[in-house]
Amino acid sequence: MVVKEYTSVVEVSGPLMIVDNVRNISYGEVVEIETAGGERKTGQVLDAMTDKAVVQVFEGTTGLDTKNTKARFLGETMKISVSVDMLGRIFDGAGRPIDGKSEIIPEDRRNIEGYPMNPASRDFPKEFIQTGVSAIDGMNTLVRGQKLPIFSAAGLPHNDLAAQIARQVKVPGKEGDFAIVFAAMGITSGEYHFFRSEFEKTGALERIVSFINLADDPTIERIITPRLALTTAEFLAYEKGMDILVILTDLTNYCEALREVSAAREEVPGRRGYPGYLYTDLSMSYERAGRIKGKPGSITQIPILTMPGDDITHPIPDLTGYITEGQIVLSRQLHMKEIFPPIDVLPCLSRLMNQGIGKGRTREDHRDVSNQMYAVYSEGRDLRDLVAVVGEEALTERDLKFLEFAERFESEFINQGSADDRTIEDTLTLGWDLLSVLPERDLKRIDPKFIKAYYNK
Amino acid sequence: MGKISRIAGSLVEAEGMRGSMMYELVKIGEDRLIGEVIKLVGDTASIQVYEDTTGLTPGEPVDLTGRSLSVELGPGVLKSIYDGVQRPLDLIKDKVGDFITRGVVVSSIDKVRKWDFVPKVKVGDMLSAGDIIGEVKETEVITNRIMVPHRVSGIVEHIEDGRFNVTETVCVLKDDKGKEHDIMGMQVWPVRRPRPFKRKLECNIPLISGQRIFDTFFPLAKGGTAAIPGGFGTGKTVSQHQLAKWVDAEVIIYVGCGERGNEMTEVLDEFPHLEDPKTKLPLMERTCLIANTSNMPVAAREASVYTGITLAEYYRDMGYNTALMADSTSRWAEAMREISGRLEEMPGEEGYPAYLASRLAEFYERSGRVVTLGSEDRFGSISVIGAVSPPGGDFSEPVTQNTLRVTHVFWALDAKLADRRHFPSINWLTSYSLYLDELTGWFKKEVAEDWFEMRVEAMTILQKESELMEIVQLVGPDALPERERIILDVARMIREDFLQQNAFHDVDTYCSLEKQYKMLSAIRSFYAGAVTALDAGMDPAKISRLGVVDRIAKMKYVPEDKFDEEFKGIIKDIDQFKERTGD
Repeated sequence: MVVKEYTSVVEVSGPLMIVDNVRNISYGEVVEIETAGGERKTGQVLDAMTDKAVVQVFEGTTGLDTKNTKARFLGETMKISVSVDMLGRIFDGAGRPIDGKSEIIPEDRRNIEGYPMNPASRDFPKEFIQTGVSAIDGMNTLVRGQKLPIFSAAGLPHNDLAAQIARQVKVPGKEGDFAIVFAAMGITSGEYHFFRSEFEKTGALERIVSFINLADDPTIERIITPRLALTTAEFLAYEKGMDILVILTDLTNYCEALREVSAAREEVPGRRGYPGYLYTDLSMSYERAGRIKGKPGSITQIPILTMPGDDITHPIPDLTGYITEGQIVLSRQLHMKEIFPPIDVLPCLSRLMNQGIGKGRTREDHRDVSNQMYAVYSEGRDLRDLVAVVGEEALTERDLKFLEFAERFESEFINQGSADDRTIEDTLTLGWDLLSVLPERDLKRIDPKFIKAYYNK
Repeated sequence: MGKISRIAGSLVEAEGMRGSMMYELVKIGEDRLIGEVIKLVGDTASIQVYEDTTGLTPGEPVDLTGRSLSVELGPGVLKSIYDGVQRPLDLIKDKVGDFITRGVVVSSIDKVRKWDFVPKVKVGDMLSAGDIIGEVKETEVITNRIMVPHRVSGIVEHIEDGRFNVTETVCVLKDDKGKEHDIMGMQVWPVRRPRPFKRKLECNIPLISGQRIFDTFFPLAKGGTAAIPGGFGTGKTVSQHQLAKWVDAEVIIYVGCGERGNEMTEVLDEFPHLEDPKTKLPLMERTCLIANTSNMPVAAREASVYTGITLAEYYRDMGYNTALMADSTSRWAEAMREISGRLEEMPGEEGYPAYLASRLAEFYERSGRVVTLGSEDRFGSISVIGAVSPPGGDFSEPVTQNTLRVTHVFWALDAKLADRRHFPSINWLTSYSLYLDELTGWFKKEVAEDWFEMRVEAMTILQKESELMEIVQLVGPDALPERERIILDVARMIREDFLQQNAFHDVDTYCSLEKQYKMLSAIRSFYAGAVTALDAGMDPAKISRLGVVDRIAKMKYVPEDKFDEEFKGIIKDIDQFKERTGD
């Protein structure tokens, strides 16, 4: 590791700095920058040429000049010191402690990009996680090692839902709680304080590692925040055998930081100005969820993103949906109806649900109940549109039942409030209560033996 | 030997590269990462690197290998799990642990393992390229036929019998110039060059998948091409898995191109345990998996589809029907876009390179049913099924559109159907198969004379339903005449009881052609019966409440061996209510 210092900064533009007349600079190398005023900043090499290096500066380029600024190339790639003592600590978006306590004593120093997990080493996630939220547990079950994002939009209570999940999450019948790695990217200080006080309320602060980059913190720093969080999570999960829940919020801010760098580099943009490699970049974070064969720990991810203009086809939710194993979608309409959590189950999905539920995991009838509720609710919703046009009189008796189901499904099953922690039994019992509104013959998706056991009981 | 002059993401530029070839394989830096030359300007070469480039430094050496990116073909390919450049993932794991680090060198096929070689030729035989010299039992179901490599021919000088590994000479040929050629179990072939064959044939045999919407409504031919585009959550991957599990090809190559790690793991976990309905042996015995997940290096993703199709061609050349599933070709296109962007090429539509269309066409054209090389005519085929992931589920984007121009079957996934858990969520109104005309003959002969008519009738009912639904949306169902309400009931029956198929149900996951035909016949008989009953004055509400309706709804769950009985029972029920109303 040879440290090389240069003062040959030739160009500063946007978040980038170009250093000339350099020698043997590696791609991805960390750069320590000292401005004329003595301020220290960190950067990373994005483009390494024989005699020139393009450096992205995480803390913003304010104060840099092309005369006195010193760039020290540290001869190593971006690393983070990790230790089990990080639990209970708070760091900034670049991994420096901001809770007034001392630096941690590292057990290991790890490359923040990580390496891709070998698909042959992965253990398929199939253990049910109970979040206590019916719309998730019953309809879009989360399993240990899954990545399941919350697609939200401005003004919707995604933070309350994330806090509720963090508070209630458990693997039934298994001792030991989840530890939480919380990474905030560009959220407001108000949002941050909300999470702080929520975590404090549960008295679980010592199980949480936080990396906080707030809205007024340096934008480009957000690019490394999730990488720090996930590297820490990997250490805790695979070295220390812990179950880790990673909450990343808000991915939209992260993607915007990426776009800023891409634009500054004058790259050919993909959709809506986002770089063509956005998919690959996001997958480098999301794919770090999972489990490894023969190791006890796990990383479960709940990334939160706000869909610009409530548009699910926007590149950020769209590319996320292609990588994650499903999505939880919040709906403004339900929120207006004062339903909490306002989860619209129709566009929601959990791809790993099928393996995580059923006999021995949740309950034998779980899959059928969920499928049946989906079918009835979606038909009920269609009918609601029809009623708006032709009125209820035009509906058959069967249709009216479906309509009634849809109403009660929203107001009783989905709507549970942020304090209610429902067990999976509670959720399924409630499901059967609602399904019992319908005649037995309309429950086509349920195995007759379950109808016998649970219908109208 | 060249030197690195620049590193930007997965692209490396090197100087002192005069003499290197386009698409030549190179080894980069101290770690000897694998890369491929993709642009040459004078002394400078642009190289796409198949591994993570972090930490590379200008000045590090670049070595030429003199060959292009190639795969090793021989016994041992099946049952393997490779990354995009044919490195076995389990060997990588043994070598470097649970995470894939850089510069790992592992052998693509096992060079140590001995196979029982059974010769099929004798000394003095005159052989040409593609002729089979002998056989090796590669897996329980697939016999590997060792072929004379391309451009080699001659008289057998020597032939072995016994146990050999893939690099030992099993046969020596002397060509007409007196030169001797050693033939061994393994061949090497550059992935970007299609393997040769004699000629292409018409695709008139269906590739049966046991999935009702595919087989009965939009069949694919052996040697054909199909595209499955769909937004996220519409069931592309489940459909691809179902096809990989059940299609009646002899060899399956499954390419997971830039997709989820956990999904690949699911395939890895599941295939060794799933049973082939015909052979009763694990599906893995006929499968080779290529897993290049989204977080693995992007250039290797670009290579993975070529690796896959070359492996498929190898088994085709032996005379097997092979099928290649690529999930997802959009990720491949994005890899091209990313590399093209780094090369600063002038972009075409949405930033994709201008050669996107020609690359897609070249790839899909490597499918087909062919007469293979060799003195005797052998027939082999490659069917290609490509998943497409259009951004925002919008089919007008360049990858979907360019794919549709070259594929003959379009299975359109529909987010609305997926939302209501109608799976497989293939839209029956927008999907199509251009093989129908060629395949009708086969279905008539092998399934039933009226197969085509029945299919048309069912499609007509569904078409009619969509028109009627527009009216219903305006005026409510009560306003429809009784006959049309019956159509709605029957259409619902086709949708729910026939087209919906539960991939996770033990019985329903695979449905034989015979059962498909009978299921649709039962619905058709019900329709005829209902119309008769209606004409005789029966109340339509009563018709839809008949016991036989429930029986039809449950017929998909009746096992194959009991289905005939069930079918007869249903027909009897229908006849009975028809008779009763006749009184």
